[in-house]
Amino acid sequence: MVELRDPQPLRWIEEPSGQPITRCFQCYKCSSGCPVAGAMDILPHQIVRFVHLGLEEELLKCRAIWLCTACHTCKARCPNGIDISAINDTLKAAVLARGLRPALPAVADFHRQFLASVEKHGRVHELGMMVAYKLKTGNYLQDVPLGMRMLARGKFKLLPDPIRGQKEVRTLFHRARGEQR
Amino acid sequence: MKVSYYPGCSLQSTASEYGASTEAVLRALGITGKELPDWNCCGATSGHAIYRGLHQALAIRNLLIAEGEGLDLVVPCAACYNALRSTRQVLAGGDPEALRLKEETEHLLGRRYQGEVRVLHILEFLAGEEVGALLSARIRVPLAGLKLASYYGCLLTRPPRTVSFETNPEQPRLMDDLLSRLGASPVVWSHKTECCGASLSIPAPEIVCDLVGKIVLAARRAGADAIVTACPLCQTNLDGRQPEGEKIPVFFLTELVGVALGLNPHKWLRKHLVDARPLLKAHNLITASRA
Repeated sequence: MVELRDPQPLRWIEEPSGQPITRCFQCYKCSSGCPVAGAMDILPHQIVRFVHLGLEEELLKCRAIWLCTACHTCKARCPNGIDISAINDTLKAAVLARGLRPALPAVADFHRQFLASVEKHGRVHELGMMVAYKLKTGNYLQDVPLGMRMLARGKFKLLPDPIRGQKEVRTLFHRARGEQR
Repeated sequence: MKVSYYPGCSLQSTASEYGASTEAVLRALGITGKELPDWNCCGATSGHAIYRGLHQALAIRNLLIAEGEGLDLVVPCAACYNALRSTRQVLAGGDPEALRLKEETEHLLGRRYQGEVRVLHILEFLAGEEVGALLSARIRVPLAGLKLASYYGCLLTRPPRTVSFETNPEQPRLMDDLLSRLGASPVVWSHKTECCGASLSIPAPEIVCDLVGKIVLAARRAGADAIVTACPLCQTNLDGRQPEGEKIPVFFLTELVGVALGLNPHKWLRKHLVDARPLLKAHNLITASRA
C-alpha cells in the first residue's frame, strides 16, 4: 500500500513534459488502451494521479515508465490532451540524471547504447550497437538464433557509416545533456 | 518530378529491402529521389526517452538541410517521419523550447530555418493524386487475389493532430486504398494501429512477442494472406517475432508496389525471415525463373 504524505503535486514535471497534468479527471481511458498495461506496476492513469499526489519516489522506482513504448495511444484518446509517454520520458530522464537505478536496467541500457552509436557516428550502426548492448548487459545468449538468421540474410551492415557533420551531432548531444561546450 | 529522399539508418541495414524497393519504385515512376545530403539519425524512440529535446534537435538539423534542397522531403521510415513531422509542427506552433533549439541549431549549421519544407511519408506520397495517377497508369501485374492486412502501427497515426494524414486516425484507410489500387484485396481487421512494441524488442522481448502474437493472430482471423507495413521497425519485429508455428509473410508496402509495377522483387524478398515468395508464386505474381 502507498502511504499518502501531505500531498504536493510534482510541479517540476509539468514544464519539461509539456503536459497539462492537472486537467486529468481519472477517466481511465489511457489505461484501457495501453498495449503494455498488463505488464505495468502502476497504470498510466495512476502515473498521472501519483504526480498529483507528489509520490515522487514511487514514480522514479516504478517499472511502468520503462515499459512505455511511446505508442501515444493514451495521448490520442485522452479527453484532456495529456501525453503520458511524455511524462514517462521526463521521469526516465530524472532517474538517470539523479544517478538512481532504473527499475528495468536493460531498457535504460538499450536507449543509452542506441544513442551512444548515434552520438559517435551521426547515424546508428545497428550491429555495433547490439554488440555494445550485449557487452553492457551481459545478456549474451538472448536472441542469438534470431540475430544469426538476420546476419545470414544480409540484414546488418558490418561497418558504421559516419556522417561529415559528426561534430554538429555531438554538439546537439552535449547540449541535450546540459553540458557546456 | 524530383523530391528529396531521407532513407534513415534502418533502410541501409536491417530494412535495406525497404530502401532498395523504395528507390526502385521511384525510378520506375520516373521520379528522381535525391538523397538528403549528410542526413543524421532521427534518434527513434531512444531520441526522446532519456534526454529532453534531443529528438527535436536531431530533427531540426535534418529539416535545415532539407530546406536548403528546396524540394519536398519524402520519408519511408515511420520513425523518421514521425520525428520530422512532429518537430515541424512544434516549431510552427511557436513552442518556446523548440524555438530555442532551432536558434541553437541554426547557429551551428550557419543557416536559417523558414518552416517551408514539406515532409511526406512514402505512403501519402504514393497515394497522392499526381503520383497515384502515374502509378495506376503503370501497373503491369495487378495483385489479384492477395488478401492483405494493412498495418499502420503507431508512428504514422499518432499523435493524430501532428502526424496523421487520415480522416479518422483510429481507422486509417490510405494504405488499404493504395493496395486496392494495385489490385489486391485489403481485409477488414482489428489491429491496424495497435503497437508492435518495437522499441522494447531488444530489452524486453517477452512483452514484444505477446504484442506481435496478438497482431499476427488478428490478421489471420481476418483471413489475410500477409501483413503490409510502411515502417522498418514494425516489419523487422513482425517478421522476426511471430509465435511458434506461425509464418505469415510481412511485406513492405513498396515491395508490393514494385511487384505490381512488374519490377523484380527477388533481391528484396530474399531478406525476409518469413519467406514471402511462395505466396506470390501461388498467385502467379512472380515466377521462379526470375529468382
